[in-house]
Amino acid sequence: MPVRPTAATTALLTTALAAAATLTACGGGSGSDPDTVRVSFKQSTDNSIHVMDDYLADIKKQFEKANPGKKVELVPIKAPDSEYYTKLQQMLRSAKTAPDLVYEDTFLINSDITSGYLKPLDAYLAKWPDWNQFIDTAKAAAKAEDGKTYGVPDGTDTRGLWFDKGIFAKAGLPTDWQPKTWDEILDAARTIKRRVPDVTPLNVYTGKPAGEAATMQGFEMLLYGTSDGTGDGTTDPLYDSTSKKWIAGGQGFKDALAFVETVYREKLGPDVSTALDPNIQTIVRGDLLPKGKLGINLDGSWLPQDWLEGSGHEWPEWSSRLGLAYMPTQHGQAPGKVSMSGGWTWSVPAKAANPDLAFEFVKTMQTKANAQKWYVANSGIAVRKDVAEDPAYAKAQPSIRFFTDLVASTHYRPAYPAYPKVSTAIQEAMEGVTTGDRSVADAASGYDDTLKEVTDGQVTTR
Amino acid sequence: MSLRPLTRALPLTPALVLLLLFLAGPIAYCAWIAFTDLQLTGQAESSFVGFENFRTAFRDEEFLNAVWLTLVFTVLSSLIGQNTLGLALASLMRRASKPVRTLTGGIVITAWVLPEVVAGFLLYAFFRREGTLNAILDLLRLPSQNWLFTLPILAVSFANVWRGTAFSMLVYSAALNEIPKEITEAAEVDGAGGLRRLWHITLPMIRRSIGTNLMLNTLQTLSVFGLIWVMTRGGPGDRSQTLPLFMYEQAFQNSMIGYGTAVALLLLLVGSLFSVVYMRLLRTEV
Repeated sequence: MPVRPTAATTALLTTALAAAATLTACGGGSGSDPDTVRVSFKQSTDNSIHVMDDYLADIKKQFEKANPGKKVELVPIKAPDSEYYTKLQQMLRSAKTAPDLVYEDTFLINSDITSGYLKPLDAYLAKWPDWNQFIDTAKAAAKAEDGKTYGVPDGTDTRGLWFDKGIFAKAGLPTDWQPKTWDEILDAARTIKRRVPDVTPLNVYTGKPAGEAATMQGFEMLLYGTSDGTGDGTTDPLYDSTSKKWIAGGQGFKDALAFVETVYREKLGPDVSTALDPNIQTIVRGDLLPKGKLGINLDGSWLPQDWLEGSGHEWPEWSSRLGLAYMPTQHGQAPGKVSMSGGWTWSVPAKAANPDLAFEFVKTMQTKANAQKWYVANSGIAVRKDVAEDPAYAKAQPSIRFFTDLVASTHYRPAYPAYPKVSTAIQEAMEGVTTGDRSVADAASGYDDTLKEVTDGQVTTR
Repeated sequence: MSLRPLTRALPLTPALVLLLLFLAGPIAYCAWIAFTDLQLTGQAESSFVGFENFRTAFRDEEFLNAVWLTLVFTVLSSLIGQNTLGLALASLMRRASKPVRTLTGGIVITAWVLPEVVAGFLLYAFFRREGTLNAILDLLRLPSQNWLFTLPILAVSFANVWRGTAFSMLVYSAALNEIPKEITEAAEVDGAGGLRRLWHITLPMIRRSIGTNLMLNTLQTLSVFGLIWVMTRGGPGDRSQTLPLFMYEQAFQNSMIGYGTAVALLLLLVGSLFSVVYMRLLRTEV
């Protein structure tokens, strides 16, 4: 039956609403305990991998022993990368859910800084002598456009070519292979295709399903070795720091796309449907490489972490079976080598309840001994000078020396807030030439259009 | 003015308040977000942008592609697939012996009660290049398929039919049981064949059930996310990216919460269009 809205009804409703609001209001978040530091981190989606869990459990023990009365609560987030970011960002939005310490990918850190999710750490870093041990590029990894630093890097990574010596021997190629130009890579792949017919000659990640792996391990490893990307690191092929504008696709961009197109058109890569399988990275690392079904793989320095003891896919022979070569520039022009670097940092949320305690925890994690332990466990590349110079570190894993030397010729992504969208645009262009749906010129102009859209027209040409 | 209506409404207030708080509130908030440029990350504060998100959507080729695929997916898997297959199964099972009925019903309903993700994985395993379907085709010396890559929207539509037919089957079984035997028998005596009986007797008599079933089915199908996500992630490219997947990509992968929400409202609009059409169908004799 209809009820006429009268003053009494309104009053009644208001009271009821107020009551309900009080009843449903959540209690304070668990971050309100001043003696507990809440640390959130990305847990591997692979149940057999618990490298990070073990490491943090160890640090927790050390920290609680050194700081009596203080407790550490580990908050694992189990998700693939892209979903981890989403979940984390939602936690950071509210003081009730914000942890005290978060694990941030440098891919998105600038975005999160712009959103005001993170706290500048300069005041803490100034009073922390160990900070001087960090190499300059790593210090810059979490430095925002405002000149403040928002994170402490726990290592970095570099990228290069992994190749299967067994397949190379069968194909009559040298087992100390080192290509000097892109063409030499393609020639080697063609030779493998001819002489070892039942393997995939060359893997270059591509397309949206592979996500940032396609952009960084695939496309940027090519693009930064073209004439668009000079080796001195002052000019970036994607972003012009002087005018603060993104750069529309130039000749180098098209050349990089053409390389991807060649790989898939000549069937030198994985079958297109496999290449565009969302699980391609797991397929490459867990299946193709260990089973000797992949000739050359353009990939990251962290691969061995999947094959170490306790990883669940132990493959102790990897270091004798696989060779390493740096990624050459397009025509072998100076500086000759290309690598990309990213990495993760430990950051303190702006809404953290116990920022001081959180930074104390960072200090415990980043003592020389603990940092070294982590780099080795995680197949990471040291960002502390004292660790990099330690012979024990270089000897801990066969690939460490090779990938650490690449830090000298590496590039960092222009990880500004628009970067994730730019990256998606690159993946779409790659996918177009991979499937053969689009020509290189088409895909490049499609990228230019999308770029204008996602950067609000902040685009320039070079 | 008496207080009676008021006191009568009193017991309803807790429920009303809860509904307002937990249903109407978030919905209103969503509607508001759709008119802002709110982002999950990468911006200090959001602002009201009016219809900008909607304008963007209609200029966005990916969005239009998603609308088209959503329509294809809905028509193929819900309107044509689940609906007709459900009716066919229900009619056939009326004539079948009890063990056959139990067995068929059991199988069909099992597919329906499986969690969406499990069903997705099963069908991914079925359609994969090294999957069950190709193994069967090989045995039969038939050429192999790669639908997940070549015709992904067809593969996911098939998956949705496989998973959702049980619901239609149950609705139609109930509806067919409502048809009085005398009418069917009278028609048979008058010499009406099977098709004629279907067209002139069965369908008109279960018209309301058809309408209800179509409506529920369509609304469910429009919002299918997990099944497609598991099978193809909307790929390859965006060849199976229906609106729910497009929304997810925009809101959570590109952080454009405002835009994603605007698309969600548009999806709501598509759903209500379908509903209006079915409502007209539902109307009993004029």
